[in-house]
Amino acid sequence: MLRGFVRRPWRLAAEASALLIAVVVAFPLYWMVLSAFKPAGEIESSEPRPWTLAPSLDSFRRVFGQQEFGRYFVNSLAVAGTVVIVSALVAFLAATAVTRFRFRFRTTLLIMFLVAQMVPVEALTIPLFFTMRGLGLLNTLGSLILPQIAFSLPFAIWMLRGFVKAVPDALEEAAYIDGASRTRFLWQILFPLVFPGLVATSVFSFISAWNDFLFAKSFIISDTSQSTLPMALLVFYKPDDPDWGGVMAASTVMTIPVLVFFVLVQRRLVSGLGGAVKD
Amino acid sequence: MRVRRGRSRSSPRPLGSWTTPWIYLAPALVVLGGLLVYPIYQLGLISFFQYTQAQVSGGEPTTFKGFGNYAELFSDSQFWQVLLSTVLFAGACVVSTLAVGCALAVLLTRVRAVPRLVLMLAALGAWATPAVTGSTVWLLLFDPDFGPVNRVLGLGDHSWTYGRLSAFFLVLLEVVWCSFPFVMVTVYAGIRAVPSEVLEAAALDGASQWRIWRSILTPMLRPILTVVTIQSVIWDFKVFTQIYVMTNGGGIAGQNLVLNVYAYQQAFASSKYSLGSAIGVVMLLMLLAVTLVYLRLLRRQGEEL
Repeated sequence: MLRGFVRRPWRLAAEASALLIAVVVAFPLYWMVLSAFKPAGEIESSEPRPWTLAPSLDSFRRVFGQQEFGRYFVNSLAVAGTVVIVSALVAFLAATAVTRFRFRFRTTLLIMFLVAQMVPVEALTIPLFFTMRGLGLLNTLGSLILPQIAFSLPFAIWMLRGFVKAVPDALEEAAYIDGASRTRFLWQILFPLVFPGLVATSVFSFISAWNDFLFAKSFIISDTSQSTLPMALLVFYKPDDPDWGGVMAASTVMTIPVLVFFVLVQRRLVSGLGGAVKD
Repeated sequence: MRVRRGRSRSSPRPLGSWTTPWIYLAPALVVLGGLLVYPIYQLGLISFFQYTQAQVSGGEPTTFKGFGNYAELFSDSQFWQVLLSTVLFAGACVVSTLAVGCALAVLLTRVRAVPRLVLMLAALGAWATPAVTGSTVWLLLFDPDFGPVNRVLGLGDHSWTYGRLSAFFLVLLEVVWCSFPFVMVTVYAGIRAVPSEVLEAAALDGASQWRIWRSILTPMLRPILTVVTIQSVIWDFKVFTQIYVMTNGGGIAGQNLVLNVYAYQQAFASSKYSLGSAIGVVMLLMLLAVTLVYLRLLRRQGEEL
């Protein structure tokens, strides 16, 4: 858009620096994957090389063999999946309520949702610990799912507002004139139209659930079969003598699902963010 | 927008009654009430009681301490030191993240599609990296024995996590790396949303690049900049994972503690749940203050909720 005004040598310089910066930004990820494939001797060498001539799967074998890593992977997937689906549905209903209806306390509620986004989740670990203990949920995946849903909701509602608002009122009126019920309009017309927005929103709930380290560390205390990936990864990371190959292989396995998810929704994410902040 | 609202109010919807929005809202309100509002109330409550391992196991009755926990906290010099480093660290993270994110957003508007896509993908990769993973990878990069950074810079076996400032600096690098993409993508989307006719008209009228930036883009981007600034403040103020993993739970003798990690250590490592809760309340109040400033800014910009 500004391109027309920029003279050529400057543009080439800008493009060169953009590529250079991209290399720097991507380098840690490259190093992670590289170290995961390096044979044991090469990682712990005082002459680190940015390539390897003998890629090996030893680190991955160690990760999947030594720990119940596959199980933790499934646990993480179950937690993140449940959080994404439940919070998307609940947020969709709530966003519809606050954008397509006028009712008392509507503005108050919106401000509450905004304030709720700012609450430092981490500060609530202590009371949540006792709540989960009271509910008998400690050491279960439920203790990770429930709080994550609660914490991803306010942001999801806030972001979905713009998408729900964008569906024209005329469409709703036409649906009613054609005899559709409110429920039918909600699920068969509004839901598919808002779906791209739901995807963009899901990225955030997915990431926060997938990354969660504090709740997992605090609530899963004795039953390690209920652990999730961040905890499993730290098994290999002992501050004094880390098994770097294992850590990097586990990190690679943990990062790939998020990367795939991100690349898939990339376009919608950019337009979704633009829409959310413009609104 | 006003027109639309007038219309929808004048045409009564079928089956419409005041209960419908509340039915739609019910699941959200139940979840938020039970897992957000109630825990906040409990947090406040615990902070006024004597609550340690003995009370948790039921060995001793809980006793009301009033502001005792807060008095203990505020007379502890370590608390003030942690508070100060939290504010400074979060401030440094916010400023660096915004500077990098905005600069790269501008850069994105100056390049053609291919370099733009490459930079965008690299940034998405950094964004997608889980905090635990990012922390361990950066530790390996800066590892005194096996890391490439020290080799390239010729630093020998200099340990980055040993010194207080250099450990904070290393964590800052990781935090900026994984949080600048949000700023970059959002600000870039904002710049793209500025109508090109406006910019062309300004250029035809002989406005310089600098003038276009100062007088057109900055005012138009202000709402977006407010959003990203506030989000960054909130995220960086509560950094937990990076500090916990990279400095191994708060650094040597707790030199790299921030409030969040400090509260965690007090509560779960030392079983001083009430003291940890009091720290949580302090954090909550500080972020609430930031939120109020944010709401006021939104009001002033005439944003409609």
